[in-house]
Amino acid sequence: MNIRDIVENVNSFLIDDFEIDPNIISPNAKIIDDLDIDSLDFVDIVVFIEEEFDIKLEINDFKNVFTLQDFYDLIEKKIK
Amino acid sequence: MNRVVITGMGIYSCIGKNLEEVKKSLYEGKSGIIFDEKRVPFGYRSCLTGMVDKPDLKTHLSRRQRISLGEEGSYAYLATHEALKNAKITQEFLDENEVGIIYGNDSTAKSTIESLDKIREKKDTTLVGSGAIFRGMNSTITMNLSTIYKLKGINFTLSAACASGSHAIGMAYQFIKNGLQDCVICGGAQEINELSMGTFDGLGVFSIDSKDPSKASKPFDKRRDGLVPSGGGATLVLESYESAIKRRAPILGEIIGYGFSSNAEHISTPNVDGPSRAMKKAIEQANINTSDISYVNAHATSTPVGDSNEAKAIFEVFGYNGPYVSSTKSMTGHECWMAGASEVIYSMIMILNDFIAPNINLKNTDEDSSKLNLVKKTLDKKFNVFLSNSFGFGGTNSALIIKKITS
Repeated sequence: MNIRDIVENVNSFLIDDFEIDPNIISPNAKIIDDLDIDSLDFVDIVVFIEEEFDIKLEINDFKNVFTLQDFYDLIEKKIK
Repeated sequence: MNRVVITGMGIYSCIGKNLEEVKKSLYEGKSGIIFDEKRVPFGYRSCLTGMVDKPDLKTHLSRRQRISLGEEGSYAYLATHEALKNAKITQEFLDENEVGIIYGNDSTAKSTIESLDKIREKKDTTLVGSGAIFRGMNSTITMNLSTIYKLKGINFTLSAACASGSHAIGMAYQFIKNGLQDCVICGGAQEINELSMGTFDGLGVFSIDSKDPSKASKPFDKRRDGLVPSGGGATLVLESYESAIKRRAPILGEIIGYGFSSNAEHISTPNVDGPSRAMKKAIEQANINTSDISYVNAHATSTPVGDSNEAKAIFEVFGYNGPYVSSTKSMTGHECWMAGASEVIYSMIMILNDFIAPNINLKNTDEDSSKLNLVKKTLDKKFNVFLSNSFGFGGTNSALIIKKITS
């Protein structure tokens, strides 16, 4: 899976499951401030990542994730 | 002491998804009971149940709000949505006033079992998702509704088996009567699914008369062979009379008595003394004569012992020529944790529309029920005061008396 697939899957998840407006989704969007994702939502993101990419993340893995690009990069790193 | 009035009602039940639909069903004596095929592979002794459509709340609530809400919570939400609308209570009013919530609920079996099944399978607690804890706690309804509506007042769930909804109304009444709150949302909800009723079915107290499901629940009839479980959501808005007048709210009725008692006997077999004491306490508190009560909505679930003992208790309190009596469970089945609230709403619909709903499926009364003034067919009748009985496991009893407000 390349970075393009990751971006596509994550964005679809955010739009379909989290019901986030597609217009505010961009690599520089701040996850908490712009996408309005809270601490509980991160639990559901972990569930999504395990189901979609078959990788295990913990809430702590998100401590340096601020933007969507950081999020894509984290998944890419874990897949490798 | 404050006078306590009902200013809003909402219902989501197997005989209707709103007040209008329920009114029609009550008047027509329509049953909401079906045979649930899903219960067959679970080894249920009885697959009869009241059934409602599973609500789609996508247009009502955000994702965060929806994933925290279990089945019973979704029923409670829809009932509350209708009740607040009818009470003319807006979000602005809720933001500016201290409105509370006390709701009856006594299980979240489906939510709990599904989450634990997932943990067992995945061996990873995170994978149940963030909503599981909020769907699985017994206080799921009050924690969700208080968050959805941003309520600022008293906030707790009341568990008292099949009297939960009635005691929740009683508690809300006490909070307002004693001046601790001006407005409290209250009610009861009950999940309907194959995971929630297995343990109850195991006691062998459900009707197995499944030839025609609509005829299975037959409270007070000689042929009764057990109850039929059911569920949904029922919400009332209680308010001090002053608050209702101040905001020009519709005043539907006034709660004038809340009697309670405990049987001090068996965990599941009801007796005569406990219910009788609860009714007497409510009547004394209401400061009325027994002859002032025109209608009793009986708890009568269609079990042989329960109905007989309640008939004896009603007769002990009211004597010969007592009030009209019917059990709406003949149509709805036993809505368990919701029943105490829904049956107040059913009775309110009757009192506001000048009729008494029938105790359907009643052909032959037994020795005890023959002493009661049972309503077998819809009765067009104006009346002013009713009493609603609710009893539960552990011998918990609640009797509420409500009076029509005649401007």
